[in-house]
Amino acid sequence: MAELTYRDAVARGIAQEMTRDPDVIFLGEDVGKAGGVFKATVGLYEQFGPRRVRDCPISEQAILGAAMGAAMTGLKPIAEIMFSDFFAVCFDYIANEFPKSRYMSNGQLKCPLVVRTGNGAGSRFGAQHSQSVENWAMMIPGLKVVAPSTPRDVIGLMAAAVRDPDPVIFFEHKSLYPVKGEVPDGEIVDQLGTAKIVRPGKDATILALALMVPRALAAAEKLKAEHGIDCEVVDVRSLVPLDTQTILGSVGRTHRLFTVEENPRLCGWGAEIVSIVADEAFYDLDGPPVRITTPHIPLPAADILEDIALPNVDRIVDRVHRSMSS
Amino acid sequence: MAKNGARASGGNGAQGASIDAGINDDIGEDMRLTMYRLQVEIRESEQRAFDLFLQNLVKGTSHLSLGQEAVAAGFAAAMKPGDLSFCTYRGHAHTLARGVPIEKVLGELMQRDNGLMRGKGGSMHLTSAEHGVMGSYAIIGAHLPIACGAALRAQYKGDSDVAVCFFGDGTTNIGAFHEALNFAAVWKLPVVFVCENNLYMEYTPISEVTAVEHPAADRAAAYGLERIIVDGNDADAVYRAARTAYDKARAGGGPSLIECMTYRHSGHSRADPAKYRPEGELDKWKERDPIKIYRERLRQFGIGDDVIAQIDVDVKRRVDEATEKCKAAPPPSLDLLTTDVYADGGFAWRN
Repeated sequence: MAELTYRDAVARGIAQEMTRDPDVIFLGEDVGKAGGVFKATVGLYEQFGPRRVRDCPISEQAILGAAMGAAMTGLKPIAEIMFSDFFAVCFDYIANEFPKSRYMSNGQLKCPLVVRTGNGAGSRFGAQHSQSVENWAMMIPGLKVVAPSTPRDVIGLMAAAVRDPDPVIFFEHKSLYPVKGEVPDGEIVDQLGTAKIVRPGKDATILALALMVPRALAAAEKLKAEHGIDCEVVDVRSLVPLDTQTILGSVGRTHRLFTVEENPRLCGWGAEIVSIVADEAFYDLDGPPVRITTPHIPLPAADILEDIALPNVDRIVDRVHRSMSS
Repeated sequence: MAKNGARASGGNGAQGASIDAGINDDIGEDMRLTMYRLQVEIRESEQRAFDLFLQNLVKGTSHLSLGQEAVAAGFAAAMKPGDLSFCTYRGHAHTLARGVPIEKVLGELMQRDNGLMRGKGGSMHLTSAEHGVMGSYAIIGAHLPIACGAALRAQYKGDSDVAVCFFGDGTTNIGAFHEALNFAAVWKLPVVFVCENNLYMEYTPISEVTAVEHPAADRAAAYGLERIIVDGNDADAVYRAARTAYDKARAGGGPSLIECMTYRHSGHSRADPAKYRPEGELDKWKERDPIKIYRERLRQFGIGDDVIAQIDVDVKRRVDEATEKCKAAPPPSLDLLTTDVYADGGFAWRN
């Protein structure tokens, strides 16, 4: 067991898979010699060399297109898009190419690749370098979508993503990069499509993703201490496939549902889950499901504005407490 | 075989050999007959697709390569098995040229169960991995980077195949074209970019919307590549350019960008009567019809009219047979709706 940052876990996860499988290659901007702009890929270039760790020009379309061409002909590429906001300049591959080639070709073509990207707010980068865009990927049939919240999950889900035969969009949260966590020694392989109950509780279910997981956990402790409300916190981890069994199971026990989402409100992942719960577990509920989200706004740069935009511990506590008291 | 019985030696590398070299020039009789047959097959199949559209048997859209047959025939004929084709929505010709059966192509256009993708892809997405046709891409420019990736794999694994990427003149003005060219040049990838310049991006003349006269060739220098313009209506010229580019790619010499001058006889898509073209332009180009040119070429090389006529008859019969099979074929089964979204064969997004 070692203590590792989320940032170092990225490099370890990639290294684990590149060591295992010589067909895994890694490409992106500044990912090699520079070790990544977030220093999440330090050491990979030195370990695996320029043939496998490829520094690319600022050409997001070429990066994703080349990853796809390599994937469909036999390699297992991991491609980095530095900021998830940049998906917008290469969205053709994410929306039209990766996820549709298998279907359109009636199963002739495959696209086993991973796109990892820095997602989320907290760095005061403003509206074009801070977004949470998991829902951009979640809405497209043919993609798989994960967003780990801990160093251990980064490694395990990276392994699962690289070994998966479908295109996987891997959202790393920029504000989690410096966060440390316990990571077991040796190979770690997790499973896509699995949520994790990270804090058991009996009074309410709080679903969270990525940076919102530690906030939901802190809020749960406060709710217990200050209000005696015992919340179960579920780290959703995987949006596609979605672990509805774990989610519905938790709601079935607690009878209340809260989602904590970093994305702007409209069409966030929580909306889909609330809809599923309303369809399939309506009579399990003792109160209306509540979504705690960023407002429907672009993100501001100023710290005091960004801080009040995202769901924070106090807001989660307040919303859950008010809803549970009414 | 031709009545005169002579066999071609082929491949002696005599670039630009004149017809004085006789049938034993660098292309040779077998290859010429192959390229003639391919061009006629494409011509007849595309014409049939148009006729079937008029009968409402081809649904959706379709983009024909009538008039552009020599580009498809020349590049495909110079390929080796294992080389990979990446096409656009105007991809019927390139798909047929790799040996995909006519029935499979027409069946897909007619949205029948015998189609290449059983009706799931349609006219714009013809794919036959077993023939090296790695997809037809309907978003302009998308497949140039994808072809780079296939070439990157070949380079990485030490494979000798070449990725060949076909696109129109309009593609040269989208970002992915420039990203892919730079990418391929920087990494010396074994990829050949083939611009079919048919003078119109869709309905607008390419010259009206492009900063340079030759939309592909005049951009080559920006990526350190040779400026190559080929008569795209002469299959021999196309074949020679293709062979040179493939040899260079296989030898580790990196990418090529080839601009083929050609002309489409029909509109952009089935909805386009091409009224925007100046009077007489089509007629002028039809004088340089690639099949007409090539028929004459075969005669110059001593191939008998009976041999040519036999190819024409055989192709027409095969297109007729394919058409009848497609008309008799059922539509795709309804369960196909949800298959092959994910690699497990289904479309499940939850447990």
